[in-house]
Amino acid sequence: MRRLLPVAAAVGLLLLLAGLQPWLRFVLTIALSTGLAVLGIAMLLRAGQVSFGHALYVAAGAYAVAFARPHTGEGLLLLLLAGLVATGLGLLVGLFVTRYRDIFFGMLNLAFSMVGWSLLEKLYGLTRGTDGIRVARPTLLGFALEGAAWEWALFSAALAAALLAGALVASYLRSPAGEALGAIKTRETRLEFAGISARRVLLQAYVVSATLAGLGGAIGALATLHVTPLLAYWTHSGELVFVAILGGTGNVLGPFLGAVVFELVRVHAAAAFPDAWQMILGLVLLAIVLAAARGLVGLLDDLAVRLGWRG
Amino acid sequence: MGLLFLLAALDGLAYAAQVFLVAVGLTLVFGVLKILNVAHGSLFAIGAYLASTLVGLVGVPWLSLLALAMAALAVGVVLGPVIERGLLARIYEKEHVLQLLVTFALLMILEDVQKLVWGVQPLFEDAPVRLLGQVEVGGIVYTVYQLLLLPGVALLVLVVLAWFLRRTLLGRTIVAVTHDREAAEAIGIDSRRVYLLTFTIGAALAAMGGALAAPTTSLVPGIGVQTIVLSFAVVATAGLGRIEGAAATALLIGLGRSFAVYFTPELEVVVPYLLMVAVLLVRPAGLFGSTELRRV
Amino acid sequence: MSGALLEARGLALAFGGVRAADGVDLEVAPGEILAIIGPNGAGKTTFLNMVTGYLRPQAGSIRFAGREIAGLPPRRIVRLGIARSFQIPQLFAEHRVIENVALHLAARDGFWAPFRPLLSPARRSEALAILDDLELAPLAEARADTLDEGARKLVDIAMALALRPRLLLMDEPTSGVAASEKHAIMDRLVAALRRASVTAVFVEHDMEVVARHADRVAVWSQGRIRAEGPPEAVLADPLVRREVIGVEGAPC
Ligand SMILES: Nc1ncnc2c1ncn2[C@@H]1O[C@H](COP(=O)(O)OP(=O)(O)OP(=O)(O)O)[C@@H](O)[C@H]1O
Ligand SMILES: [Mg+2]
Repeated sequence: MRRLLPVAAAVGLLLLLAGLQPWLRFVLTIALSTGLAVLGIAMLLRAGQVSFGHALYVAAGAYAVAFARPHTGEGLLLLLLAGLVATGLGLLVGLFVTRYRDIFFGMLNLAFSMVGWSLLEKLYGLTRGTDGIRVARPTLLGFALEGAAWEWALFSAALAAALLAGALVASYLRSPAGEALGAIKTRETRLEFAGISARRVLLQAYVVSATLAGLGGAIGALATLHVTPLLAYWTHSGELVFVAILGGTGNVLGPFLGAVVFELVRVHAAAAFPDAWQMILGLVLLAIVLAAARGLVGLLDDLAVRLGWRG
Repeated sequence: MGLLFLLAALDGLAYAAQVFLVAVGLTLVFGVLKILNVAHGSLFAIGAYLASTLVGLVGVPWLSLLALAMAALAVGVVLGPVIERGLLARIYEKEHVLQLLVTFALLMILEDVQKLVWGVQPLFEDAPVRLLGQVEVGGIVYTVYQLLLLPGVALLVLVVLAWFLRRTLLGRTIVAVTHDREAAEAIGIDSRRVYLLTFTIGAALAAMGGALAAPTTSLVPGIGVQTIVLSFAVVATAGLGRIEGAAATALLIGLGRSFAVYFTPELEVVVPYLLMVAVLLVRPAGLFGSTELRRV
Repeated sequence: MSGALLEARGLALAFGGVRAADGVDLEVAPGEILAIIGPNGAGKTTFLNMVTGYLRPQAGSIRFAGREIAGLPPRRIVRLGIARSFQIPQLFAEHRVIENVALHLAARDGFWAPFRPLLSPARRSEALAILDDLELAPLAEARADTLDEGARKLVDIAMALALRPRLLLMDEPTSGVAASEKHAIMDRLVAALRRASVTAVFVEHDMEVVARHADRVAVWSQGRIRAEGPPEAVLADPLVRREVIGVEGAPC
C-alpha cells in the first residue's frame, strides 16, 4: 500500500496540471510518451548498459503510426501496431547488440540509430525526407474527437499506458530475470555458471525497452500529428538517456518524473537558448553523473527520509 | 564503367585516409586510457571549423596548408589537456557506464560550442585544394590534394606512429602502460603523464583529420557525430586498440562506401555499418582483435 | 571404468609455454569426496575450469555420467548437474546475500516467469535453509559487497549448493575463512553434502582439512597428477611431503 501512495500522488498532480491549461495537457502527454521510452532505457541501465540509440525505436513507433494511418482510422489499433513494429525491430537489432557490453553496446546502438536516421532522411519517396509526414487525427475507440475532448482522451490514454507499463516493469524488475539485470552489471560470468544465459536476460529487457520506446513514439506522433527523421537523431537518443539519469533509475517513477520536469523546462528553455540546449543538458548530465547523484527520485527519497516519512 | 571504377577507388582512398586519421586517434586513446571518447568526433569537427576559419583569415593561398596544421595542433594542445585533466582524470577508476555517460555529455556540450562559435550555416573553404591544383590519372582529372596529400599524410602518420610506439622510449612507455598499467607504475612510469600525452596526441589526430577534411567538404552541424559513429565502426571492425588494423579497416570501409556512392547510392550510409556488422558477426572482437578471458 | 561419475582422460592445455594441464587422468566415483592438493600454479584451478567449460582443453576427454562434456559451454554443463564455487568469489556485488542464493534457486526452475518475484516465500525459506547449513543465515540481508573474504567464499559455495548439483567442485573453499571456524564449517558442509549424496571435489591448501574430510586425495604438480590415494597414505608419502606440502621428514 505504501508503494502506491507516491503513484497516487503523482497521478493526482498530473491530472491537476492537465486541467490547469490546455498547453499543459499537450506537454504532459508528450512527457508521458517520453517517460515510456525512458523507462526502457532505465531497465538497460540496471544491467550497467547505456543505449545511445533508442530514439530509433521511438521513430519506428512514430513512423509506423504515420504509415498505417491511411489504412486505419482507429488510434488504439495504431498504438498496437506501433508497439509490434518497434518490438520486431528491437528483436532484430537486439539479437546483434546484446552480444556486446559497455562501449560496444552503447556505440552499436548509436550506429544503428544513425543508419535509421539517414534512411529516413534519404528515402524521400517513402518518407518525404526532412519534411516528414503529417498524420491525420484518428478516432479513439471509435469516437471521432475534437479539441479539448481529443486532448483529454489522448492524455488519458498516455497516462493509462504509463501506469500499466510502470506496474508491469516494476513487477518484472523484481522477478528473477529482472533481478538478473543487476547481476549482468556486477558479475555476468556467474550467471552462466548458474545455467542462465546472460544474453537472453539482456535481450529480453532490450526488446521490452524497444516496445516501450515504440509505444512512446506512437503516442508522441498522435499528439503532434507529425513525424520527422529528427525523432531518430542522436540528440533525441541523448535526451532519453539524459532524462533517465535526471529522473533516477532506482524506481519506475523516476523516468516519468524526469520526463515531466524535462518537458516542462524544455518548453521555455529550448526556445530561449536554441543553440545551447544540448550544452545545458550536457552540463547537467555531467553534474549529476560526477556527483554520483541518484536523480530526482533520489532527491525525493532523501527528502522523505528527512521529513520522517520513511525510515 | 572503368572510369567510374577508378573514380570510386580514388575517392575511396582519399576518404579512407581521412577516416583513418580520426579512427587511429580514437583507438590509440582507447588502448591507453581504456576510455572510448564519444566526443572524439567533436574534436574532428572543431578542427575542421577552426581550419576553415584560419585558412580564410590567412588569405594567402600558399600559407593555407600551414593553417590546416596549426588548427590541428591548436585543438590538440588546448582542448586535449583541458579535457583529459579536467574531466577524464576524474573517472578512470569509475564504472564503464559512467565513463560513457561523461564523454557523451561532453559530445553534447561540444556540439553546441561549435554551433555557438561557427553558427549553423554551411561553411566551405577550399583554398588548400585549389592551391595544389589538379592532375590527370587514367583519364580522370583529380585534385592533387585528394590524390596525394590526404593519403600521404595518413601514411606518414601511420609510419611515424608505428615508429614512435616501437622505437622511442616515450612510445614504449605508452605501450607499457597499455599492456599493464600497474606493472608500468611499479617500475616508475608516471601513468598520469602518459595519459595526458596520449590523449593530446589523439585529440590532435582527430583535429588533423578534420582540418584535412575541411577543404573537401562543406561543414555543417552534425559532422562530429557522423564522424564518431563512422570511426567507431572502423575501430570496432578492426578490433579496439589496433593501430595497423585501423588503417586496413579504414581502407576497406572507405572503399566500400565510395563504391556504394557510385553504384548503389541509396545504400551509401548503410554500407560501412553492413561491413561492420558482417565482420562482427563472424569475429566478435574485430578483424585484428582478440578477446581475453578474465581469470576466475 | 564406467562406474565413475566424472572421468577425465589425457587433458592437456597450455598457455603459451606454460603447461597448465599436461595429461591429466582422473576419475571421481559417485558419492566420494576428493581433495586436490598441489603447489601454486600446478594447474588445479585450470582443471576445474576445463571441467566446468570455462576453458576448452586442447586435448583429452571429460565424461560426466558417461556423457562427453569437454568443450560444452558452462551453461550447458551446469544444467547437466555440475556446479562450482570459485577461488576468487564471484558474487553479485550489488545484491543481498539471500538474493544471490535465490537467483541460483530460480535458475533451476521458474527463472523466466516474468511477474513472479525472485524472493517468493518458498524460495526465501529454501535460501535461508542453505545459508543456515553454512552458518550464514545472520548475513542473509547484507549486501554481498559488504562481506569479508571468508563470508564471501562461503556465500559463493551456498550459491553453488543452491543449484542442487550431482557434482560440486570447490576451489579452496575455506581460504580466507578464519582458522577457528574452518573445521566447524567444513564439518557442516561435508555433512550436508553426504546427506544429499552430492559428489564433491575440492582444492585445498590446508592439509588438516584434507586429512579430516577427504575420502581420497589427488596431488597436482606442473599440470599432472603425481600421486593419488587415501589421505593417510598420500599425505605420509615423503615425496609428496617435500615437493607439495613443503615439509621435510615424517608426519607429525
Ligand atoms: N587464463 C590464463 N591465461 C594464461 N595463463 C594462465 C591462465 N590461467 C592459468 N594460467 C597459468 O596456468 C598455470 C596454472 O594455473 P592455475 O590457476 O590452474 O594454478 P593453481 O594450481 O590453481 O594455483 P593456485 O594454487 O595458485 O590457485 C599458472 O602458471 C597460471 O599462470
Ligand atoms: Mg587455483
